Amino acid sequence: MRVLLVDDEEELVATLAERLDMRGIEAAWATDYRTALAMVEEKEFDIALLDVRLPEMNGLDLKRLIEARRPGMKFIFLTGHGSEEDFEACSAESGREYYLIKPVQIEVLVAKLNEICQGQGGRG
Amino acid sequence: MQDGWKRYKPRFLEHSDQASGMYKSLFNFRRLWKQSIVTTLAVVLLPLFTLAVVDYSISRKALESELLLRTTRLVSNLRRTLTSYLDERVFALNFLILDNSFEQLADENRLKQLFENLKSGLGEWYDLGLIDHTGTQVNYTGPYKIRGMNYSGQDWYKKLHYKEQETYHDSIAMRSDVSDVFLGFRMTPHLVISVLHNDPQGRHYILRASLDIEQLSAILSHFELSNNGDAFLINHEGIIQTPSRYYGTIMKQFPLPVPPFSPRTEVSEGEDHLGREIVTGYAYITGTPFILIVIKQKDTLMETWEAAGGKLLVFLVGSVVAIVAVVFGICTYLVNSIHQADQKRLASLHQVEYANKMASIGRLSAGVAHEINNPLAIINEKAGLIRDLFTFRKEYAGDQRLLGLVDSIINSVERCATITRQLLNFARNIQVSVQKVNLRQVVNDVLEFQIKEAGYRNIAVEVDIPAELPEFFSDRGKLQQVFINLVNNAFAAMKEGGRLEIRSRLNDDGTGIVTTVRDSGCGIPPENIERIFEPFFTTKSGSGGTGLGLSITYGLVTEIGGSIAIESTVGAGTTFIITLPFEYHADKGEAHAGTVG
Repeated sequence: MRVLLVDDEEELVATLAERLDMRGIEAAWATDYRTALAMVEEKEFDIALLDVRLPEMNGLDLKRLIEARRPGMKFIFLTGHGSEEDFEACSAESGREYYLIKPVQIEVLVAKLNEICQGQGGRG
Repeated sequence: MQDGWKRYKPRFLEHSDQASGMYKSLFNFRRLWKQSIVTTLAVVLLPLFTLAVVDYSISRKALESELLLRTTRLVSNLRRTLTSYLDERVFALNFLILDNSFEQLADENRLKQLFENLKSGLGEWYDLGLIDHTGTQVNYTGPYKIRGMNYSGQDWYKKLHYKEQETYHDSIAMRSDVSDVFLGFRMTPHLVISVLHNDPQGRHYILRASLDIEQLSAILSHFELSNNGDAFLINHEGIIQTPSRYYGTIMKQFPLPVPPFSPRTEVSEGEDHLGREIVTGYAYITGTPFILIVIKQKDTLMETWEAAGGKLLVFLVGSVVAIVAVVFGICTYLVNSIHQADQKRLASLHQVEYANKMASIGRLSAGVAHEINNPLAIINEKAGLIRDLFTFRKEYAGDQRLLGLVDSIINSVERCATITRQLLNFARNIQVSVQKVNLRQVVNDVLEFQIKEAGYRNIAVEVDIPAELPEFFSDRGKLQQVFINLVNNAFAAMKEGGRLEIRSRLNDDGTGIVTTVRDSGCGIPPENIERIFEPFFTTKSGSGGTGLGLSITYGLVTEIGGSIAIESTVGAGTTFIITLPFEYHADKGEAHAGTVG
């Protein structure tokens, strides 16, 4: 399973990527949308974990841009802000269950990733 | 009676405004009420009273002047009658004295004959006598033996005689005299008419006749005088000459002052010697010593008028009572309506403010949670990485103490995350309007905030909400507020060691959920129960209670289509029963959401 992590907090995404790696999940990360898009074009990912609030472009718009390039990719939204607008928008985009609030325990995240990917052949 | 008044007593009479600023009542209702009643009554009653008084005095004056006029007419008529009565008799004697010579008159039979003729024509004559120039009665016919009596010493004689000496009097008025009424030898009241004559031989002599006053009295009493009227004669000295009904008998002194001479009929108002109000009319009867007096009692004359006035007064009083009642009722009704509208306005202001406050708290908690969540996530990942390093690389696997420290960091992060999630949950529920709610979840969320206080105060909380109760669409935020308010209210009512029970079940027809919130607090007296949901009604005086908590609760439950009831026993506790329908009335919810936004 290949996961792309996008969050403006480098400390967070870098650590998270390392931890996922340790669990056998291939994780790459970006802290802005340009880098993220470049990575998507360059490489194939199964799931993108997007922060809802990114500098310059929000996670929802980014999701659409990525989807245009890689149809069939799955998404999980991660946010520190439980605001109504975020929740409504994310639910509409991906279903309520793919909306996680920081901080997330690694076990919960891994379980969620596996759950989403299980149609694609489980752990990659 | 007391209870009845309490029930119908308008609420605004007890209204006391404790609020300030925008929550102050727009009006002082008691003053508004009093002012509107006084003003309306003044505007209506003053003209009414003015008209009544003016009408009263005008009609009284008209009646009084009519009374005076009638009296004047009566006195004039009476005077004319009396004058002609006396004149008739004077003329009769005058005719006799002119038609007969002294010798004829001195003849006893002739005089007797004349006397009989006189009586048959003009009646009531008592006797007839002839007096010569010396004052001696030379001839007499009548019941007494008084022939030869000398009258020269008597006043009436002197008067006539005196007149004669002055000048020769051709005017009959100057040659005749009508005496006062006197009793004389006969001891019956009579008067005497005397006529003097100078014959061509230069002799002067007097024909003198007595007249019973009975006919005179009859004339006066014939004019009698409906309604306690009184008509009689007095002489110039004030001695009563004919019978009077109220002012003394014949020959007695008239108790009132003798009216001053006037050639005309005079009428005046005044009081008699007994203090009765009277109308007095009088006229001097010329050529006689008599004054005609007519006295009418004013109060009896005004009696009929006063009876009519009494009816009008009853009508007036009735009208005033009706007007006062109607004005009182209408003013009370109107002020009460304004008061209710004002209270509603204040309550909705409060509710809007309360909702705004909750929304602000929601935004604040969301902001705080977000800001904390990001660093928290970093701590979480870093600590997680350390733990992963321990786990996956086995380098520090032996150091159980370090592993314990990392676990403790991760656990603390998890605790913080729980708090921020609760805050976010709270914020979300404040803002969300209609969504599917799980009542059990809502109540648990509410209690999560309150459970600490319950612990401090040793209050047992028991929740019995079956998990199989269906979820339903409702406004979660409002539902949450309802339970927060009810739980707060229960905690406020209980001392240490109390018990709070929250139980839910399906209602009888399965269309909704009935939830009871029962506390073991102080209870609410019956007289307060019916007012407990009123805005600003509070028993927590002085403790900062606004008296709005339960009214807002009531408003919220109503808005989400539910109903709330209360049962309470003083000393045993209070139970609130909330019934929530599965069918949510979205229109109401949206209307409210609009005011919040």
